[in-house]
Amino acid sequence: MHELSICASIADIATRHAAGRPVSVINVRVGQLRQIVPDTLVYCWGLLCEETSLEGSRIIVETVPARIRCRSCEQTADVGDLPVFACAGCGGIDVEIVAGEEFLITSLELADAEAEAAADTETGTGADG
Amino acid sequence: MGRFHRHDDGTAHAHDGDGGHSHGTPDAAAAGAPDHSGYQTSVERVEVLEAIFGENDRTAAANRAKFAAAGVRAVNLMSSPGAGKTTLLRETLSRLAGQLRIGVVEGDIETSLDADRLAGFGAQIALINTGNGFGGECHLDAPMVASALSRLVLPELDLVLIENVGNLVCPAEFDVGQDARAMVYAITDGEEKPLKYPVMFRSCELVVVNKMDLLPYLGFDLDGFVGNLRKVNPAADLIFASARTGEGVDAWCDWLRDRLLRDCHADRVRRMRRV
Repeated sequence: MHELSICASIADIATRHAAGRPVSVINVRVGQLRQIVPDTLVYCWGLLCEETSLEGSRIIVETVPARIRCRSCEQTADVGDLPVFACAGCGGIDVEIVAGEEFLITSLELADAEAEAAADTETGTGADG
Repeated sequence: MGRFHRHDDGTAHAHDGDGGHSHGTPDAAAAGAPDHSGYQTSVERVEVLEAIFGENDRTAAANRAKFAAAGVRAVNLMSSPGAGKTTLLRETLSRLAGQLRIGVVEGDIETSLDADRLAGFGAQIALINTGNGFGGECHLDAPMVASALSRLVLPELDLVLIENVGNLVCPAEFDVGQDARAMVYAITDGEEKPLKYPVMFRSCELVVVNKMDLLPYLGFDLDGFVGNLRKVNPAADLIFASARTGEGVDAWCDWLRDRLLRDCHADRVRRMRRV
């Protein structure tokens, strides 16, 4: 539900790191415990980037499953679809989340400006096919 | 590192090694990959590794520092719409008036209806309408709270209650600089919600289970609810309450006073001794 404002943050960070170079892809890592809907993020990204230097770029979302580690028996396990934050081994509830809360931009892929221009031309001439 | 490129249909991928550009082959064509061999793209990758909430989190840290400098404790109060946050706050202000100096940050997408309901108890109130954003924000973020704090006189307060926008999803994602997160949960919402919204339920130090006066009329499985809550948050404090009848409201006020403010006052005493 807050994907639009998140896209604004992503755009700020991407624009700063791109430093004027054209961007084709923004790689984003999202943990399972982040309440981000990848499809909505991608949709909002298209809206937000219109008529900006990032227009035409895409977000690729890599999701990370949630994992917990039991402080009692040291066992590490995936949380799974049912959100039960207890150790599957000893039943302990003193667990820490070791993965699944990530939410970061990992990298940008820069577009080759000349190739982009060539692709645009080609797309333009062949668009009625 | 493979070579990345993008096709007209929006797909993108990498080829390992140097000779991987084989989209024109029959196999690739059969697999539906467009013939893109005329493009010679070489993609440069820029490592970023930057938290997307970084700016929010920096502002939240600044809010937290402001609270600490003023000797104020702040609670981020979250719930679904209609769970009874404002009614509970009204009862809280009425009971604690004259005992604690309270500020309220009131977040609503539109209208000042909730802020109006809280007027008249001597509390400082800063209203944030989130509807000015792109379609209306569904949560408070740290910059919004920072803006509201500029309208409160923090050194004249003991406690700031931040009433978030009614929503069980987004407010859990945004640190606003609070000392504690608390939820108001209405039993009319059903016992399964901790499993459906685990992030918010897990984020809280306290869950006030509200509308307990309706328990005889609902098929609400209280033990089932507590069991579900414990699966996602074994440690949260629990208060059973009815903001309407007043049941449990004293326990909530005690929690604010004893659990939340005790350390804060100890800090203040230490500071005064040092001066």
